[in-house]
Amino acid sequence: MTDLSVRIGSLTLKNPVMPASGTFGPELAPLLDINQLGAIVPKSITLSARGGNQTPRVCETDGGMLNSIGIQSKGIEHYITHILPFYQDYEPPLIASISGESIEEFELLAMRLDKQPGVTALELNISCPNLRDNGQAFGMSAETTDELLRTVRKVTGKPLIAKLTPNVTRIQDIAEAAERGGADALTVANTFLAMAIDTETRKPRIGNIMGGLSGAAVKPLIVRLIYQAHQATDLPIIGSGGIMNGQDAIEMILAGATAVQIGTATFVQPNAMNIITDEITDYLERHHIDKITDLIGQVDVS
Amino acid sequence: MKLFDARLIDNHPVSRRYWQMTLDVSALDRPVQPGQFFQIRCSDNWKNPLRRPLSVYNYDHESRCLEFLYLVKGNGTQQMTLMRKGDTLSLLGPLGHGFTLPDQGALLLIARGVGVATLHALARQARSENMEVHVIMSARTPGDLLTVDTLSRLGATVYSVTDQEGTSSVESVRALSEKLICEEGISAVYTCGSSRLSKLVQELAETYHLKGELATEAHMACGIGDCYACACTIRKGNQLKTVRVCTEGPVFPISQAVLQ
Repeated sequence: MTDLSVRIGSLTLKNPVMPASGTFGPELAPLLDINQLGAIVPKSITLSARGGNQTPRVCETDGGMLNSIGIQSKGIEHYITHILPFYQDYEPPLIASISGESIEEFELLAMRLDKQPGVTALELNISCPNLRDNGQAFGMSAETTDELLRTVRKVTGKPLIAKLTPNVTRIQDIAEAAERGGADALTVANTFLAMAIDTETRKPRIGNIMGGLSGAAVKPLIVRLIYQAHQATDLPIIGSGGIMNGQDAIEMILAGATAVQIGTATFVQPNAMNIITDEITDYLERHHIDKITDLIGQVDVS
Repeated sequence: MKLFDARLIDNHPVSRRYWQMTLDVSALDRPVQPGQFFQIRCSDNWKNPLRRPLSVYNYDHESRCLEFLYLVKGNGTQQMTLMRKGDTLSLLGPLGHGFTLPDQGALLLIARGVGVATLHALARQARSENMEVHVIMSARTPGDLLTVDTLSRLGATVYSVTDQEGTSSVESVRALSEKLICEEGISAVYTCGSSRLSKLVQELAETYHLKGELATEAHMACGIGDCYACACTIRKGNQLKTVRVCTEGPVFPISQAVLQ
């Protein structure tokens, strides 16, 4: 029997496959076996309601897509009264992705969710490229990352996962800062700040001018970032960016990821996460590997 | 909604920029309403990962044939033109809220460009229930007018207007519409494909107290309500609300439309 279970801090997942925040919702229930997921990650929640960004909010690019949704959200109270109850009958643990406009907002969100038994861990979205000018994010500064983690750490005992931005010069510095601040794990990474122009109209192809690039096109960049972050810290890493099949997931695990998130692939194929989980199992059986954890960071660079 | 494979029966150009695709959707076991749409994988080409939302042009429940009329606009729809009889396509749908028919009276449909695709499905349903249907069809050139013959064969009365002939101005369409409203017992008016004509339909519906519906388009990623890419603003009562075209729409009461 192949063992797909992995540990993210104090949290054990029955398999390493979970959705990337913002690409998953109750609407997938008829199309996907949610109970087969390693974890449930609903869309990032903000303290108060947000309308989101101008449309168009997505465009297709070669092998990927840009999005600039801007975290349209109904606020934390709606999340607690409507979103969390919907998932309570499903087996996988729920990781709440939270997004604040200030360190204090992250703190308030964490305090509020710390009391919720339906929330198993928190993913801190310190890296959304679509909230401030030119894609500025908390996770671009090691100092801010450290301070933000330290502040949130004080108000909750739940495992904290810092979702890093790829839009930095040295991801190692941010990974180390998150670890110092008290993170239990890292998600590597959010989307790449990017831009596309319609040459016929000369207009940006998304309303917010810039957006986040995801999909197969970014996978080699993410594999590199996972490799670098894994060398810099001992924290478990959740790889996210461009996984379209089981082989892509294995590649990230070999680079140093403990678990993986699936986003764009779900838009292409709504049951992609179930298929990817099956393909990971097939790979392990084919290679006679008993435990998926034996593969973590096992890229052979000799 | 269901995720399933469909087999391509036919795929051919109907004019310079438009193609029509017919699919065998035997795997589909639920009804399809005019105004609903499907998310279609254009190809297995790695360059075009996202599905394209296409509204239903025609669905025959007996034969399980589903037809789309599509504008060849970019890479994805270009790829669709390369598909041949016997090929399989992955479909997700039917999605969204469709049109609703009036209890009685005649229908006025005002279509522009590829907007006629979704209104064609509505015309067909209304005719099958023996309702009278009038269609004002607007396009750039006479060559861009689509499905005039098909609609006529269904028993709809079609009025064509084009930019090239100088007959498609909002004022001309308004005059024609008002004449039809007064003379033909129109009780409901529907539109798709032009924001100027949508504005006109909104005014007509208000002035003449008609039921009115608008089919909208949007860039989508998931198509099922998860990603919030296709947000649009509507007016409910005195409040503006951001909703998802894919789930709350794509058909909205015209009174709710917020138009420039």
